[in-house]
Order: sequence, then C-alpha cells, then structure tokens
Amino acid sequence: MKHETVTGAAAAPMHFEPQAAPKPGYLVIDQLWKVFGDFVALKGVSLDIREGEFVCFLGPSGCGKTTLLRAIAGLDLQSRGSIRQAGRDISSLPPSKRDYGIVFQSYALFPNLTIEKNIAFGLENARRPKQEIQARVAELLALVGLSEQAKKYPAQLSGGQQQRIALARAMAVSPGLLLLDEPLSALDAKVRVHLRHEIKELQRKLGVTTIMVTHDQEEALSMADRIVVMNHGVIEQIGTPTEIYRHPSTLFVADFIGETNQFPARMIRNDTVGLAGTELACASCEVAAGSDVNAVIRPVDIIPHALDGREDIKTPQNLIDVTVTEMEFLGGFWRCRLSSPRLGERVLIADFSINAVRRLGIEKGGAMRAELPQNRVLVFPKAA
Amino acid sequence: MSAVVSALPAGRAPRLQLSSDDVVRRGLMLVIALYLVLALAAPLYVLLSKSMSTYRFDLNAFEIQRSDDSGTAFGPARTVAALNADAKAITDAELDTGSDGRLSLTKLYEDFSFRSPVKYRIRGTTNDAAFLVGSDLKRGTDWVEVDSNTFRRVVLRPGRSVGFDNFVAYFSTPSLAQAIWNSVLMGAISTVLVIAIAFGLAYALNRSRMRFKGLFRLVMTVPILVPSLLPGIALVYLFGNQGLLKGWMMGHSIYGPIGIVIGSVFFTLPHALLIISTSLSVADARHYEAAAALRASKWRTFWTVTVPGARYGVISAAFVVFTMVITDFGLPKVIGGQYNMLAVDIYKQVIGQQNFEMGAVVSVLLIIPAIAAFFVDRIIQKKQVALLSARSVPYEPKPNPGFDWGCFAYCTLIAAFILTMIGVCQLAAMVKFWPYDLTPSLKNFRFDLMDGGGWASYYNSIEMALLTAVFGTIIVFTGAYMVEKSDGFRAGRSLFQFLAMLPMAVPGMVLGLAYIFFFNNPANPLHALYGSMAILVICTITHFYTVSHLTALTALKQMDREFEPVAASLKQPFHKLFFRVTLPVCLPAILDISIYLFVNAMTTVSAVVFLYSTQTQLASVAVLNMDDAGDVAPAAAMGMMIFYTNIAARLIHAAVSRVLLSRTQVWRGR
Repeated sequence: MKHETVTGAAAAPMHFEPQAAPKPGYLVIDQLWKVFGDFVALKGVSLDIREGEFVCFLGPSGCGKTTLLRAIAGLDLQSRGSIRQAGRDISSLPPSKRDYGIVFQSYALFPNLTIEKNIAFGLENARRPKQEIQARVAELLALVGLSEQAKKYPAQLSGGQQQRIALARAMAVSPGLLLLDEPLSALDAKVRVHLRHEIKELQRKLGVTTIMVTHDQEEALSMADRIVVMNHGVIEQIGTPTEIYRHPSTLFVADFIGETNQFPARMIRNDTVGLAGTELACASCEVAAGSDVNAVIRPVDIIPHALDGREDIKTPQNLIDVTVTEMEFLGGFWRCRLSSPRLGERVLIADFSINAVRRLGIEKGGAMRAELPQNRVLVFPKAA
Repeated sequence: MSAVVSALPAGRAPRLQLSSDDVVRRGLMLVIALYLVLALAAPLYVLLSKSMSTYRFDLNAFEIQRSDDSGTAFGPARTVAALNADAKAITDAELDTGSDGRLSLTKLYEDFSFRSPVKYRIRGTTNDAAFLVGSDLKRGTDWVEVDSNTFRRVVLRPGRSVGFDNFVAYFSTPSLAQAIWNSVLMGAISTVLVIAIAFGLAYALNRSRMRFKGLFRLVMTVPILVPSLLPGIALVYLFGNQGLLKGWMMGHSIYGPIGIVIGSVFFTLPHALLIISTSLSVADARHYEAAAALRASKWRTFWTVTVPGARYGVISAAFVVFTMVITDFGLPKVIGGQYNMLAVDIYKQVIGQQNFEMGAVVSVLLIIPAIAAFFVDRIIQKKQVALLSARSVPYEPKPNPGFDWGCFAYCTLIAAFILTMIGVCQLAAMVKFWPYDLTPSLKNFRFDLMDGGGWASYYNSIEMALLTAVFGTIIVFTGAYMVEKSDGFRAGRSLFQFLAMLPMAVPGMVLGLAYIFFFNNPANPLHALYGSMAILVICTITHFYTVSHLTALTALKQMDREFEPVAASLKQPFHKLFFRVTLPVCLPAILDISIYLFVNAMTTVSAVVFLYSTQTQLASVAVLNMDDAGDVAPAAAMGMMIFYTNIAARLIHAAVSRVLLSRTQVWRGR
C-alpha cells in the first residue's frame, strides 16, 4: 500500500517544458534551528523555494548548508522549526515518506548491480510491469546519454558517468524535489565544468525543483537560478547570481564570492567614504556619517588609464595616480599590485585584461592611473 | 543551561516519525542485544556475584521447641546456637559452607530417636532464615511442627553474605596462589619466545624474496586447526616417559613448565604471526629510501625504521599470546603434570571438588589480564591507523641471496617443528602401539571402545560446528549491520557495541563456568537449555563473537554510508537493500566469519568442557577425556579427526567462495 503514491508519481508523464512562471511556496522552510551538542549549525533559517527553481546553497565548510539539505531530506532532524513541501508539513516525516531524489558526492551507486539495475532499483515493486520498468530505464539512460553502458557495472564507468547514473537513478521515480549534495566535488576540473552544464540542462528539461549544495562559487554562479549564501548557520543573502555578485549585501558575501580589495574607512557622507589619506565617492548607502566601515572594490572593477589618458572617466574624484609594484600573469589576465600615497601603506590589487596592459603599456615599476568607479565602491558597516 | 541551548527558541524538538523500517530495525537490534545479554552479560554477572558470595550457617537465626514424650507439652524455645553451646555437636569449621550447604539438627539431641513420640517445632528468628523439611523449603518466623521421624529430614540452609572473603581464602591457600605465579611465569616465557619466533617469521615472509612463501604461510596456520591439547599429546610422544627423544631432555621432565612452554609456542604462533605480519606488511617504502639516502646501515635501519613501525603489532601480539597462554586449559591439563595453572585450577575446583565459589574466584582473576590486554589492544589499534597514510608507497624487498636463503632455512626449521608435532600425532594414531609396535592399524580410531563418547562425540562436534557457523554468522552479521547502518538510537547502539566487544576479554573457561551458574539454576526459565546442544552452540557463538563481529563491521564500514539514505529516498524498504546489495557485497566477509566459527567450534575445549552432557559429548572434549583415561593414542586419533575435518572445511570454504564470488563479485574486476 505504501508504494501507492510513488507509483502514481512515477507514472506521470515527464515534463520536458520548463514551468512558465515559477510559483513561490513549493518548499517553505520556517525558522529552522539545528543544534549538535554545543554547536549551533542552523540559527533560525527561513527560506521559500519556488516550484521548478534551481537553488544553490553556497558557503564555506561548516556554514550549515549540508545540515540544511539533510534536514530537508529528513536525514538529520532539525531541533526547531518546520518544513513544508507542496503544502504538506514534512517536518517530522522519515526520509522514506518524503518526496525527493538525492545525489551524493560519493555517487553511492550499488557496486554489485549493473547500471540499468541501479536505475531500476527505485522502480521495482510488485505492481509495476517489467516492460514499463525497462522502458523507463531506457528513457533515463538516453536522457543522461549513457544508453550503451546499461549492462556495465559502476566500477567500469568514469566518475562523470557514474555521477550521471546517480542522477538518473534519483530521477527515476520522478520526485518533486531533487537534492544534490556537492555532486561535482569528487570529479576533476574538466569533467566538472562539462557536467555542470549538463545537469543544468537536464534540470531545465525536467523542470524539477532542485537544491544543490556546493562550496564552489563558480559552480553556484553558473548553475543556480538563485543562490543562498550561508555562513555560521545563518543566511547571509538570497539572490540571483548577478545580484549576489554585483550587489553583495554583506561584507562576507562580497569577500566569499569573487575577490575583493578591502580598506578600513570612515563614512563621510552617504556617498563619500574617507580612506587613510583620501576620500572616495562610493555607491550611496544608509550608513550613518562618522561610523567605521569597510570600503570594498573588486580587482576586476578597477579601470586602468594611461597617465595622459583621454578616455572617458566616469568618476574623476576616484582617479588615483599609482605605481605598478608587481605584475603576475594568470593566463586570462594580469594581476597587478598598485600602490599610491593616497592609499597609505595599503596595496590595491587590480585585474587588467591582456589587451589593456598591451594598449596602455602597463609594466612593472611604471606609473599609471586607476579609476575606482563610484557604483563599484561598496561600503559595509564594520561588525560591532 | 548552556548559552547554546538558551539561544534556541522555546518549544519542543520535533520527533521523527518512525517508518516501518525503523521499527523492524530496532526490533532486530533489540533481539540480538537480548541474545547478548542472556548469553553473556547475565551469566557473567551471576559469576561475579558468586565469587563475592560466602555461605555460612547462622545458628542464631533458628529456634527450636521440643515437646515431652506426650507430644503435646512443649518446652521453652531455644536458639540452635544455645542448643549447640550445650551439646557441642557442630564445630565452627562445619559452619562454613557453599551455596548448596545443608546442616542436619538431630545431633543436637544426644537422645534423639526417630521412633520417639517427641515432637519438634522449628522456626527462623529472621524472615530470611531458611530451612528444608525434606525437599520443602520453609522460610520466616512461623513455627513448623514435625514429629521425630520428620525431624531427621529437617536441614538448615546457610545465609549468604557478600564480600571478598573468597578471594582472601584463595590467596591465603599457598598452593592456589602458587597457580597465579605459575600462570604468569608460563605466560611471560611463552610470550617472549613466541614473539621472537613470530617476528622472525613475519620478517622473512614480508621482507625477503625467498621462495615458497605461500606454502610457509599455509603451514604456519596449521596449529589453528587442531585443539590446543594436541601439541601436548605430541610432546608426550616425543619427550614423555616412553618418548622417542626422551634423551634430549637431559633428565628434565616434559611434564610441567617445559612442556607447557613448547606447546604454548605451537598453538599461539599463528595468532602472533598474523598480527605481526600485518604490521610489517604495511611498511612505507619511502622511509627505507630515506634511510638509504642518509646512508644508514642495514642494522641501524632495522632498529630505527622496521622495529618502530611494527611495535604496535608486537605489543598487541604479546598481549594476545599472554592471554591465550594463561587462559588455555587443554594444554596444561595434558602436559602440565603437577604444575598448577590457573585455568586447570578452575577445572579442578569445579569438576573435581564441586567448589563453585572458588571456581568463580579463579575466573574473576583470569578475566583481569584479559581485560587489560583488551584495552591495550584497543588503544594500540587506534594508534596503528595513524601510521598509515593514503600516500604510502608499498615496500618491495630486493633480492639478496644470502639473506633470502637464511630466511628460507629459518622458515623451514619452524615449519618442520609444526609438521613434526602434527606428524607425530598422525603416526601415533595410525600404528598399533607407538613406538614399540609400528604395524599400521586403525584400531585407535575405534572410538566406540573407549571412554569419551565414541564416534557420536565426533558427529556431535560436526553438528555443533555447523550450527555455530550458520546461526553465529546470521546473528553476528545482523547485529553488526544494525550497529553500523541504523541511525538514531545512539545509546542503544553503543551499549550493543560494548556487549559485542566483551567476549574478547572473557576466557572460555570463565564463560563456561558462568553458564553453569546461570543456566543450571532451576529458577531460571532457560534452565531447559542446560545439557542441550543449544547451550553448546550459544556458548561457542558467544565465545567467538568479537572477532566475527569485527570482521563483519570492517566489511560493512567499507560500504558507502549513503546507500541507506538513497534507498529510503527511492522508497525501497531496507531489507531490499540488505538482500540485493549489502549481503552480496559483504559475501567474502560472511564466508570468512562462518569458516572462523566452524574451525573454532571444532577445536574449542575450554568453555564447552563444563557444559556438555552425555548426549552432547564433543570430539575436542573426547580428546581430553581419552587422554585423561590413559588412551593417548585414540586421543591423538580424535585430534587428527578434528584436523582432517577442519582441512576439509577449509577446502570446501575455498571452493564455495570461489564459485559464489565468481557469480556475485564480477563487478570487482574491471
């Protein structure tokens, strides 16, 4: 009897069209706390995930992202708070009564079963005819592009192929929610980039609501519809990849995603910030004048100008005469260390394109001008 | 309340609803935990309480009234103590007794006659005072009236007190306390010898390029396949009073310390070799390359790299060997002569003198070194892990003819020692009367003509070993699976784990004795098991539980922890995962456990020697009993039967493994 819902769900046709307008409220997490002994892993996390959405939990290790995923899966029960999925309260349901498929970093493929038996594992029950199972397995194998490997054992496949099989197995029963726990971390860099794209494509095709845990910001930025940045058991920011990158709401987010120059500073007006020896125009913010802040600018946002540059300068007051003290070639760009009396002891790190370096004749020991565009100078209050 | 907990919002933590899987899993774990409690914890507890119990008749606890000849007019009530003060019939020494002690009262009355019309009334002065009228137990302060004839059958029961009196009594008996010293001495000497020999062997097997390594490894495991009595018998044939090589003894007797040490070396060698060999086989080649680059001499490299690398193995092996020697009972029984050892002492106290309390005392003493060994071993195993890193490069010995031939000669010598011992028993079993009449004969195999149970005991042993292998494997593997693969229920799981590790620290004799105390109590509902085949199987499974449990655990730990969550998310019940994946993947370990249990069930003596009945005599016990009765050649023959059976079992195991693995483990090869 207990397989009834599964049978029903799996028999439903697959969605190959993405859902038009994602409805909010598919997975609603409300004030979730998790305590391990003396350690608080989650501190009142609340989150609303829309149907068909691809969400990444991103953060450093120990930030609580995996704990949150395991709470959603029912593997580590939360200490307080509730979780609702598709309108149903699943807070205290055991994993087998919830509706999700899961893929782990270790793949967790059954080593003694062939690929097709692995995928069929969740489909087998008394009431389902054999042909139907076979058809479904074939469909899933085709979906992940591994039809030829059906009779092989997991150990005979590459890591990337194994991960795709794990994905197919999780999707076999057409779960309402797909949970991916660092699915790409065990793979080498090339395969990882390739599989990133493939998983995203698959998710879009099937329209399944997906949560992926990762500590790799590039992975999160390239795959997610929305990113949930976590640190020390709290959500720092929720937003689309571009929002998170361009408008980080906390210093932690700015620092964790992408690279930053950070300067201790003091707020002068709501659009001007005072550094060691200079004043800079900054993106306007709500911080009270006179308070201590951190001024942040990303290396890629710094615009290089020649000393006699006639190019368009957007923020003249943020134009600094600098000396290039160090240059490091990083393949796609040059990383330069710039110093200036206006910055005191601090060094400004800037990433310049190879093109710009050649055009402006930037070289080690040479002088140049660096522009810090006003809307790219971000200000964050100092933690009390 | 800590700051952490106060940070939590008020309210109750949600409780996970149990799925039907969880209920089944917890139920199974409970069943197996219950098994361990009944088969291990409860008997040991009874044993401990027995060792602390002393029994003494308390004469002040009883009062007697006696009537005149009319049988109606009773005199004043007097305590038994007061009566005895007048009659001086019961001496103080008679008051110390055992749990079964009974004290008759008629001698308090010089003029007692069972034909007299005089009547007696008797009662306790306390509620605990107990006495028997015939087989009828009376307790408490109500008068019980009996006629003279019945008064003959009134006996007092002793009171029980708890304390260390038994231990004090044991240590103040010089001959008994001597047994402790003897056991420790034999243990120490054997340990030093075995470790030295085993280290040499392990070194030769792992660090040389000599030939026939596989063959040597095989020969070195032979002692595991025979009962520990067999080397004793072999030594009797070689160096005993009519021994072939008696001259080699230069006037010393093999019966006693010398025999015990040589026999102990024989039967502990495989265990020591296995442990030390493991620790030598995991060497990191980079350490040797570094030593060579620093131009360290071979000798220096040996002492600064090889020995420290193997030291945990050596310590661990030393404890295992020491424990085996002092807790073994078969060997000193056969070859020990008058040399008193602790384990034999238990046997004598219990079987010979029916002194169960003293037997319990010796048992408790025997547990102490075993428990110490157990904890040292656990600490060492934790450290050993840290020695190995994933980046280690396996060490490959380079050919060195002189060294290799030296190793070969050494291994040949030890192998010759082992094969001689077995060979002597084989020969003795196959001839008419060794060494005087060497005509080949099978008369020594006509067991039905001897004491000890005959061929029936051999078939019993096979039945027992098969049952142990089958049920033991099921119980052990299920238990290990529940511990390793269920979540939640943490306290229950660690208690279970503790119970599973406990048998390692309990010598077989101690377990057997504990079983007598526990199961032979008529008040125990499990009393019916006493004397049955079932109790032998239960005892043997429990005796060898720990190693089997650890084997199962090691296999299960290599399985991905995420299998269970994946199966749950796919809505598949745990038994499907268990039978489709867990069991097939763990099949090699399961087969190993079953053969381990079978071989040990065939050879074990120490625990079952207290528990067999006339219907359930065992081959290994028959070896002991025939040897005891002077039928040494048939004892050797039965020992060889056990040896053949174990070899056959090993061969069948190898064949079955090969067939099963080729079918279920195809996925292992790429």
